[in-house]
Amino acid sequence: MGNMKIVIIDYGAGNIQSIKFALKRLGYNAILTDSETEIRIADTVIFPGVGEASSAMAKLKASGLDKVIPSLKQPVLGICLGMQLLCNSSEEGNTNGLGVFDVNVIKFSNDLKVPQIGWNQISNLKSSLFKNVTENEFMYLVHSYYAPLCEEAIATSEYGIQYTSALKKDNFYGVQFHPEKSSTAGEQILKNFLEL
Amino acid sequence: MLTKRIIPCLDIKNGRTVKGINFLDLRDAGDPVELAKFYSENGADGLVFLDISATEERRKTLADLVLKVAETINIPFTVGGGISSIEDVEILLNNGADKVSINSSAVKNPQLINELASRFGSQCIVVAIDAKQIDGCWKVHLMGGKVLTDLDLFEWAKEVEQRGAGEILFTSMDHDGTKNGFANEALAKLSTTLNIPIIASGGAGTMQHFTDTFKNGKADAALAASVFHFKEITITDLKNELQIQGIPIRVPREERRGTKGE
Repeated sequence: MGNMKIVIIDYGAGNIQSIKFALKRLGYNAILTDSETEIRIADTVIFPGVGEASSAMAKLKASGLDKVIPSLKQPVLGICLGMQLLCNSSEEGNTNGLGVFDVNVIKFSNDLKVPQIGWNQISNLKSSLFKNVTENEFMYLVHSYYAPLCEEAIATSEYGIQYTSALKKDNFYGVQFHPEKSSTAGEQILKNFLEL
Repeated sequence: MLTKRIIPCLDIKNGRTVKGINFLDLRDAGDPVELAKFYSENGADGLVFLDISATEERRKTLADLVLKVAETINIPFTVGGGISSIEDVEILLNNGADKVSINSSAVKNPQLINELASRFGSQCIVVAIDAKQIDGCWKVHLMGGKVLTDLDLFEWAKEVEQRGAGEILFTSMDHDGTKNGFANEALAKLSTTLNIPIIASGGAGTMQHFTDTFKNGKADAALAASVFHFKEITITDLKNELQIQGIPIRVPREERRGTKGE
């Protein structure tokens, strides 16, 4: 596994260090980069993101990564805001997304505490991304916006309503939760992704 | 279902844990990294590191510590203590902290909350509030409780939410250290009037206190220090008890496997 080239897309979105460390605990080294060349030759690509959708999208556009990411052919994993940016749009800052996943991200109801912060269960798991992960496993999430249930869902969670907590389309995967912060079960998901 | 969180709090001085940490089975209980690893492997849902050092080098020492913690543990953690600028926050988040907690600096400069929330996102900004009752009114205190302010707890909490805080860590100074239970009445009022998660702090002594603060105090998370550090309560026992009491709680996979064999 030492030969695998893993790239974490560095576009100024926070908490990239945690993903790098989680991969290191699994025995993998990852490179942080915003270089198109580096990203294109990688075996796998992780697209992280913490923060606000429209400013994150502006950063992607400024570096041209908004064109690069949807055209990638290797496995790509969007995490949290990364997942949301892979969708058609986000209600947050009325942002147009990268359009990989055919769903529009919207805000949780004001009847709920927002952001949702904490450990919630993932259910209806259907992908090899969840190999050796039990149905209803707990994952750590922090988010105010969500993808509603949709065709491309490979996991769902409940917070006031049922929503999509993971998606897959072709070589693209997206998870709303933070596998890098979700204990051993989260590490299993990262491992599965790298071994796809 | 979203579960309630159990959060041990570690006090840090000059890069070392302080305040009576006496695990017998840890090589170096004064090492925050080792202690953090212990808690993350034993079912904690998050950790809070509160830096109480007052030296010139504290910023660098804390930043180094955060990097080591992030390298080691696989659960979220919050860092607080003496944070007063965007630069402070940027360093800690870049080194792998999930959230930062601000307290006195937010009262002195409330605009800081707005600036941090818009720069880094509300989800990583926790505002800690220390308060105690004076003539029946909850008054906010600063500098670890030493300085009284004019601020009313509930008004300040509302303002903090409106300015973009993602979470409130409320410590009742009347309950802290008493081991007589959390300030559930005030907590319930906070939890029902605000729309962001509330972390209860101060007063944990028994497992029943945790049940009470989740049921009666409507807290989203409960923080405690000494009951965990002195092993008066283990997180495993606590979580089993909370589950019996009908509180939604995360029981880590290793322990679910463990119980099957029994």
